[in-house]
Amino acid sequence: MRLRRLVPVLLAGLAALPASAQELTGTLKKIKDTGAITLGYRDSSVPFSYLDGDQKPVGYAMDICYKVVDAVKAHLKLDKLETKLNPVTSATRIPLIANGTVDLECGSTTNNVDRQKQVAFTNTHFLTASRFVAKKASNVTKFDDLKGKTVVSTSGTTNIRQINEYNTANKLGLTILPAKDHAEAFLMVETGRAVAFVMDDVLLASLAAGSKEPDAYVISKDAISKPEPYGIMLRKDDAPFKKVVDDATAAFYRSPEGKTTYDKWFTKPIPPRNINLNLPMDEALKKAFATPSDSPDPAMY
Amino acid sequence: MNYNWNWGIFFDMSPEGTGTYADMLLSGLVWTIVTALCAWVIAFAIGSVVGVMRTLPSRAAQAFGNGYVELFRNIPLLVQMFLWFFVLPEVLPRAWGDWLKQLPNAPFYTAVVCLGFFTASRVAEQVRAGIQALPRGQRMAGTALGLTTAQTYRYVLLPNAYRIILPPLTSEFLNNLKNTSVALTIGLLELTARARSMQEFSFQVFEAFTAATVLYIIINLVVVTAAGFLERRVAIPGAR
Repeated sequence: MRLRRLVPVLLAGLAALPASAQELTGTLKKIKDTGAITLGYRDSSVPFSYLDGDQKPVGYAMDICYKVVDAVKAHLKLDKLETKLNPVTSATRIPLIANGTVDLECGSTTNNVDRQKQVAFTNTHFLTASRFVAKKASNVTKFDDLKGKTVVSTSGTTNIRQINEYNTANKLGLTILPAKDHAEAFLMVETGRAVAFVMDDVLLASLAAGSKEPDAYVISKDAISKPEPYGIMLRKDDAPFKKVVDDATAAFYRSPEGKTTYDKWFTKPIPPRNINLNLPMDEALKKAFATPSDSPDPAMY
Repeated sequence: MNYNWNWGIFFDMSPEGTGTYADMLLSGLVWTIVTALCAWVIAFAIGSVVGVMRTLPSRAAQAFGNGYVELFRNIPLLVQMFLWFFVLPEVLPRAWGDWLKQLPNAPFYTAVVCLGFFTASRVAEQVRAGIQALPRGQRMAGTALGLTTAQTYRYVLLPNAYRIILPPLTSEFLNNLKNTSVALTIGLLELTARARSMQEFSFQVFEAFTAATVLYIIINLVVVTAAGFLERRVAIPGAR
């Protein structure tokens, strides 16, 4: 509470500082002053942001972030802009964005209304819905087939919350196990501890494609959510920086390069094991690319 | 820091639809306490037996005790959790493995057993240390009185040894309590797991972990106070 009372004082203090020539504020000023921008990456969000065979962060969201870095560099008319990379996890991404360690979080973070109270998101780069993956041998293809069975989802995700709600609403009598991370949740299905793993469909596709027997798994036909947007995360209340990032991503999505980059990660073999996700761009995302938006509302897409 | 503090978040409804975020953390606290207590029962029972075995005259008993302690003390707890949860059902006969996997609350039972066996190795060391800290004359006096080995332990050695090791056993219990958080990796919804999911749902990271920290401190203080009380209660008059 006391901190909140301090904020106006701090702001007044900042305002009293002499304005720089271009009156840069916030992140843009920080980038100009330090000559560096820091990207946050995830270590296993295939294919958005993950470590390849050489332990170098790569991915679809990383490619987009590098485009943003170019745009920031051009905007600030810098000759040289150093790009620093900083690993983040689902637990550290908010503090690291808030305290200024990371300027852009390039991963697979769902953009929703609650989260927008804490951070800002740029234009949506992907849409995903909650489905489940199960072994073909267990003969389940719809959520109704799961009645009375044990399912797993990753703890602290929007998906586990959706399956909880769906379970209550439809009286399926599911036992819902929380797993620490995606790999472990998938392991639970692989070892038979759970029949199905409920998660964003794109992550399920990548886990199944990377498993020992990709053909042994099937992803459910129906989904329990509307497509939800993924966005690149940045600090809240930093309009000038957000505008640069929004403009850069919008231009990138509208250009043919946007589609090429998507295809590179979703329809072709990707490192490190040359798996192919086989997820061609769907109508909703095509629309989202034609008219870029940072709305957290699934109904908008 | 550009962070939106919101201490009122604990009274917001959690998305799981079963109550507020505060309820969610408290349910985690209950699991933490229940897991710690159940694990402690196993740890204390096995730890005492193994600790005594390490001080027995029998070579075989000593070897077994040493083997147990070295096995469970030297493998990291996290690895042990994974071995119990993921590997054990695969090496058992198929029917048993399947039964184990389909057990309701499997993470809870696994965590209790794993933590119990792990903490037992540490309790055993302290029981052994307590017995060996006693003057050798006590054991001899027991024998001279015509007591059997079992009787010597029951009436002479253990009542003294337990009193000596009560303070380090308290630390061990506190460790045990905090080690329950490792069970979040196998899906037990204890306090730390709840704090993690709260920050993930609400994005109020600092509030969630502050609350968890405060709760851990409170239960630890309760344990320390209770242990202090117990210590005074069982102290032999004039012993110190």
